[in-house]
Amino acid sequence: MAVFPRRRLAAVALAATTALLVTAGCGSGDEQGGDGPVTLTVDVFGQFGYEQLYQEYMAAHPDVKIVERGTGTNLDEYSPKLTQWLAAGRGAGDVVAIEEGLLVEYKANPGNFVNLLDHGAADLKGNFLEWKWNAGLTADGKQLIGLGTDVGGIAMCYRKDLFSKAGLPTERDEVSKLWPTWQDYIATGEKFTAAKTGASFLDAATNTFNTILLQTAGNSSGYSYYDTSEKLVVDSNPAVRQAWDTTMDIIDSGLSGKYGSWSEEWVSAFKQSKFATIACPAWMTGVIEANAGPTAQGKWDIARVPGNGGNWGGSHLAVPKQSKHQAEAIELAKFLTSAKGQIGAFKAKGPLPSSPQALDDPAITGAKNAYFSDAPVGTIFGSGAKSLKPVYMGPKNQAVRTEVENAVRTVELGQRNPGQGWTDAVNNAKKAAAK
Amino acid sequence: MTVQLDARPPVVPAPPQPPRGRFSRLDTRFSPYLYIAPFFLIFGVFGAYPLAYTFWVSLHDWDLLGTDHPFVGAENYTRLLADPDFWHALVNTMGIFVISTVPQLLAALWLANLLNRGLRARTGWRMAVLVPNVTSTAAVAIVFGVLFGREFGMINWLLDMVGMDPIGWKSNRVASWVAISAMVDWRWTGYNALILLAAMQAIPRDLYEAAAIDGASRARQFWSVTVPLLKPTIIFCAIIATIGGLQLFTEPRMFNSGTNPIRGGPLRESQTLTMYMFENAFAPHYNFGYGSAVAWLLFALIAIVAAVNVLILRRLGGGARPSARKGTTR
Repeated sequence: MAVFPRRRLAAVALAATTALLVTAGCGSGDEQGGDGPVTLTVDVFGQFGYEQLYQEYMAAHPDVKIVERGTGTNLDEYSPKLTQWLAAGRGAGDVVAIEEGLLVEYKANPGNFVNLLDHGAADLKGNFLEWKWNAGLTADGKQLIGLGTDVGGIAMCYRKDLFSKAGLPTERDEVSKLWPTWQDYIATGEKFTAAKTGASFLDAATNTFNTILLQTAGNSSGYSYYDTSEKLVVDSNPAVRQAWDTTMDIIDSGLSGKYGSWSEEWVSAFKQSKFATIACPAWMTGVIEANAGPTAQGKWDIARVPGNGGNWGGSHLAVPKQSKHQAEAIELAKFLTSAKGQIGAFKAKGPLPSSPQALDDPAITGAKNAYFSDAPVGTIFGSGAKSLKPVYMGPKNQAVRTEVENAVRTVELGQRNPGQGWTDAVNNAKKAAAK
Repeated sequence: MTVQLDARPPVVPAPPQPPRGRFSRLDTRFSPYLYIAPFFLIFGVFGAYPLAYTFWVSLHDWDLLGTDHPFVGAENYTRLLADPDFWHALVNTMGIFVISTVPQLLAALWLANLLNRGLRARTGWRMAVLVPNVTSTAAVAIVFGVLFGREFGMINWLLDMVGMDPIGWKSNRVASWVAISAMVDWRWTGYNALILLAAMQAIPRDLYEAAAIDGASRARQFWSVTVPLLKPTIIFCAIIATIGGLQLFTEPRMFNSGTNPIRGGPLRESQTLTMYMFENAFAPHYNFGYGSAVAWLLFALIAIVAAVNVLILRRLGGGARPSARKGTTR
């Protein structure tokens, strides 16, 4: 073989190598060129109910196109992805939703987000419940990471058909009277269980535990696993222990269906009418409707939550610094979190507004939910919203909560007795907080 | 066509060549390196660099979102070695590995033996055993996760039909291993059976004829002729199964649905090492340094198991085929 073809091969190899280097070197092909229409990506989880609002916004801003990702995904899938995007410096949307439990962790590294105070957000303070506004601020109060979307006022959703089968009242005011306290709720559950309807009284002890904890904490110290100086107090905060003990009573009375929350089995249990009540933050109504499906329409209703009030969940919208269209993204986030935007979301999927103006709006106060037997959701969730007491969440709240929830689950499944479960909860929580 | 890379002059005297230029000489010297460069570049970018970077990260206290990552030396490793959850995940991984691999290889051997006989529609059967391997792992895991459900699962329903108590497949450690092994076996038994079948067909027929003349039964022929001659292939299958088994992720991850499935159950019943790595590096801990340390220990573990495999291969596999021995002793 002559030299020439060999040289040609060398040239080919060189070209291939160069091509490889070039491809490895530049991975971004999504650069927006010039003054053309701007595409904004919005990252959410669960059900935010923004579809209609996007259409409206795009109609008013012809130069903006909105793409949403993530509706219907679990928070457990969403939050690691968002964290990876932030860590990698690319991949995150222009507007991202942050759930309250993760907000503290993100606030610890505020450099990842645009400071909304630099973009005229300070004028919007009056549009939000005070604590919701404050939750978006960093510890020194100098940076605003996110604008509040919803708050998680809690009620108790229940199945009228199963209640009637068990000989219990079905009308929502009468049902509310059944359980002024959690002990009354347990007593009602025992009556329900004795009637042998083939269904359990509640879905999973973990959901109920979270509700009781956030309610108890909100009504007492205002913090749960961490105190406001960010010290882990899982074993010394009476609110945690009280919620634990009440949950143990629930498990002990055999009220739980043990359907691990958010699992396939939990979804099946909705479809097969396997439990009669579920602790119900405002955003849960959308989840119930999606899981139980159209055949259960009108079988569900909403009553007061036992105990007094409480807040579980709720999110903020933030703009990552990596966004290439920060100005446009900030405008969109402001629109979606405005009173008008929050009302639109509430009408679509039920998340309760964090804007006092929205909460007073007749569109909210008069709102009824057809799926839940026309329950007046506007008053059920909305009336207590302004007096909601926030619960402070510490830096590793998510990891600690995971450990305590799993300890509840081991007792529920009979793998541990309540005493061992508590020891596990405390030890594993400490370990998780130290990681 | 192959490229001739050596620069030795041909044996037949060549016509006088024009004096070589500098470029030409450089070409002869360096172009071979250029030819093999793409592999090394790709390996460097996607193999060596991530490995080294992971090691670098594992020496730091590296919060995924944080901006400064202080150097901590071997602290992540010392903490990890004293971490009971790490050892727990290791035991899970090895347990699932053993429960899945042993029956899988036995079943594959049996299947291959069946397929090696004069069946009707032989090709159809042979293709059929490979079909599970074509399906997506995630889909398999989701379906099996439902089958093994505590209350609505079909397996517990069948157990109930024959009067047995339902099993908490997701909350009982050994039961969850069995369920996950069932998934792995469903997917990989056919694949291994085909590999073993190919090796079986390479066994000379006259050996069987001789055995038959000596009066050996079919079973005797299988154990005394087929199995010994299949040893190298069986070991190959075992190595492939080892690599897959120690990195098991999708099956146990999708098997556990609900909140924080990455834990593999409330008491980490079916959490494998790769899941533990993910739990630490990403949600909910975001401790990239600690997760990287898990990755490196997993790497070390695979290297050790692979070395053990090679030792076994040298001891056992050599006798079967001369070419195989040549391959290993070189």
